[in-house]
Amino acid sequence: MDATTAVDHHEHGHHPTFVQRWLFSTNHKDIGTLYLIFAVIGGTVGGTLSEIMRAQLNFPNNHLVNSGQEWNTIITTHGLLMIFFSVMPALIGGFGNWFIPLMIGAPDMAFPRLNNISFWLLPPAFVLICTGLLMGESGSGWTLYPPLSNSTYEPGMGMDCTLFALHLAGLSSLLGSMNFIVTIFNMRAPGMTLHKMPLFIWSELVTAFLLLLAVPVLAGAITMLICDRNFGTSFFDPAGGGDPVLFQHLFWFFGHPEVYIMILPGFGIISHVISTFSRKPIFGYLGMVYAMVAIGVVGFVVWAHHMFISGIDVDTRAYFMAATLIIAVPTGIKVFSWIATMWGGSVELKTPMLWAIGFLFVFTVGGVTGVVCANAGIDQVIHNTYYVVAHFHYVLSLGAVFSIFAGFYYWIGKMSGHQYPEYWGKVHFWMTFIGVNLTFFPQHFLGLSGMPRRYPDYPAAFAGWNFVSSLGAYLSGAAFLVFLYVCYRTFTSKEHVADNYWGEGATTLEWTQTSPPAFHTYLELPRIS
Amino acid sequence: MPSGRRNLVTGWALAAVIAGMVGMSFAAIPLYRLFCAATGYAGTPKIGLAAAPGSTGETIRVRFNADTNPALPWSFAPDQLEVKLKLGDEQVAFYHAANQSAEPVTGMALYNVTPEKVGKYFHKTACFCFNKQTLSPKQSMEFPVSFWVDPAIRDDPNTSDVKVITLSYTFFRSLDDAAKTGALSKAGPHVGPLSAAEARLKAN
Repeated sequence: MDATTAVDHHEHGHHPTFVQRWLFSTNHKDIGTLYLIFAVIGGTVGGTLSEIMRAQLNFPNNHLVNSGQEWNTIITTHGLLMIFFSVMPALIGGFGNWFIPLMIGAPDMAFPRLNNISFWLLPPAFVLICTGLLMGESGSGWTLYPPLSNSTYEPGMGMDCTLFALHLAGLSSLLGSMNFIVTIFNMRAPGMTLHKMPLFIWSELVTAFLLLLAVPVLAGAITMLICDRNFGTSFFDPAGGGDPVLFQHLFWFFGHPEVYIMILPGFGIISHVISTFSRKPIFGYLGMVYAMVAIGVVGFVVWAHHMFISGIDVDTRAYFMAATLIIAVPTGIKVFSWIATMWGGSVELKTPMLWAIGFLFVFTVGGVTGVVCANAGIDQVIHNTYYVVAHFHYVLSLGAVFSIFAGFYYWIGKMSGHQYPEYWGKVHFWMTFIGVNLTFFPQHFLGLSGMPRRYPDYPAAFAGWNFVSSLGAYLSGAAFLVFLYVCYRTFTSKEHVADNYWGEGATTLEWTQTSPPAFHTYLELPRIS
Repeated sequence: MPSGRRNLVTGWALAAVIAGMVGMSFAAIPLYRLFCAATGYAGTPKIGLAAAPGSTGETIRVRFNADTNPALPWSFAPDQLEVKLKLGDEQVAFYHAANQSAEPVTGMALYNVTPEKVGKYFHKTACFCFNKQTLSPKQSMEFPVSFWVDPAIRDDPNTSDVKVITLSYTFFRSLDDAAKTGALSKAGPHVGPLSAAEARLKAN
């Protein structure tokens, strides 16, 4: 994986206007930047919704949110925004576009114009989903289950707006994933075989394949739902011979790979950060690669563990339980390899490394509770309780988001050429780490004592831990403001960073480029030895 | 191959995968139906004219359940709560339905058997649930169902413990019928705007 020398430092006389550069952009770095900005906006709106939710749940019998329908709309939009408009744009569109060409030594993505439309499908999707929110008519939960999402219970146009938003966001992901796969397969620098590819590239490749196979099924399912709602079909309506459980199968055939889509690129980033700040190559490179491939493959045959209480029979539950538990094996390989990479390394606790170690902690907590949830017998009790909420926020809200911040602090110098403020980066980390654990750890207790998710209120017995959880959410919210301050300080910083500002631990090709890289890179292809 | 062409070939191949997966998501519906009919999965009984093999002397109890969707203005109930059945013997049971409204109403029954694992041993040779049923105003009718249970149920270690099979029906108002009579828009305040079928009907 070691990069070699041949590097070009061309300055071009290429000066596009603002509109040409940002609206018609075909440059992978600019599109990556657009995605990252978009992810911050999506995350801000989604995060604001979660603060509203925690404020409502701060005390029992609170009336900040006016009605159950309003509450349902908020939780739906929070989930969809965080998944499709924050985590995915950051990890896939943002870091993927920025660093796939830079790390494999390609001049750009394979289809630059396709890349442009991939991004520009997202803003209209974002507008549509916010329309659903503001109309208060998309209260189905992010899982969109009928009958709650059908025309009987969500009659308004807002629900259709949300569904159509998902169509657009899905199309955006599909075009992006085609671009990623073609670029990674066909445009690697001479000498970079698949087994020499950086782990981040492997993670994006597996993610792109998951998107390619999973998102079309979501598209099919929501097309059926739209037809049921508006065109008199009855795919999911028993009165016409349909089956609401069919939707759950289709949705989770997409939805389960989707959770790996959100975490796999994070795995890639964490591998690079841990390797860089331990000044060691990653432990067990091939094991790491094939663990990701295995997670991707097995991820497609475990979907019904989301449906243990939908009435599926006991043999089916036994299979899905066993298949799900197996995923703990490749995931365990990854966690142990990260720890083994740090073991005996010269570990330097810079901000990106703090996020990476924080990731290991929260992801392992979320992984362990995942194994608990995977047991069909236990799931009968904890299904749809706050235990599940705590579980998936530990792996996604904390795991994926920690990896995004690790990537941000790791690469922001490379992307912008400016040095981030180390002190404030660490403040950001510690506030977030304490805040999110305070928010989500008590939710395990709430779930185990039987508090169901998706409700705007609860009996007084749950008041204590809900209060703690809300305090944690406010602290995490304040930490996000610190992040915005870090961004401000970074972009106004006069301190410019070197090409390879992390030193000898950082060995991939992007570090051979200037910081920030030239508008066009690799006019001469690097050779990998 | 020049790299631009190679990219296009790979790109179109991936686009074909996407199209294939969209197709698969729709194909899943008939495929799942076939799978259930073939394996008895999810409590799907065997349908068809296969003759009962003749009694083995062992018995099993069959219970009858009836549910009616609130949109259907019928009363619907089994005439007998339970029968004792010789394995391998065909038997007929009756349900009773009465239209309580002042207009003709068409309904359609969905069905399964529980425990779900016995689906492949439960044979229905004739059933009112195979077709839509229409009752004129205030009409009541006897609905027969004839069925037999395969004696192989006792040889399968997975099902040999089953003492009781529940045969269940849920009657729904057919969608066309509901749209025709405006039942959807009269169903209550939580029901949304007119269904598309009804809108179509009004346009004609």
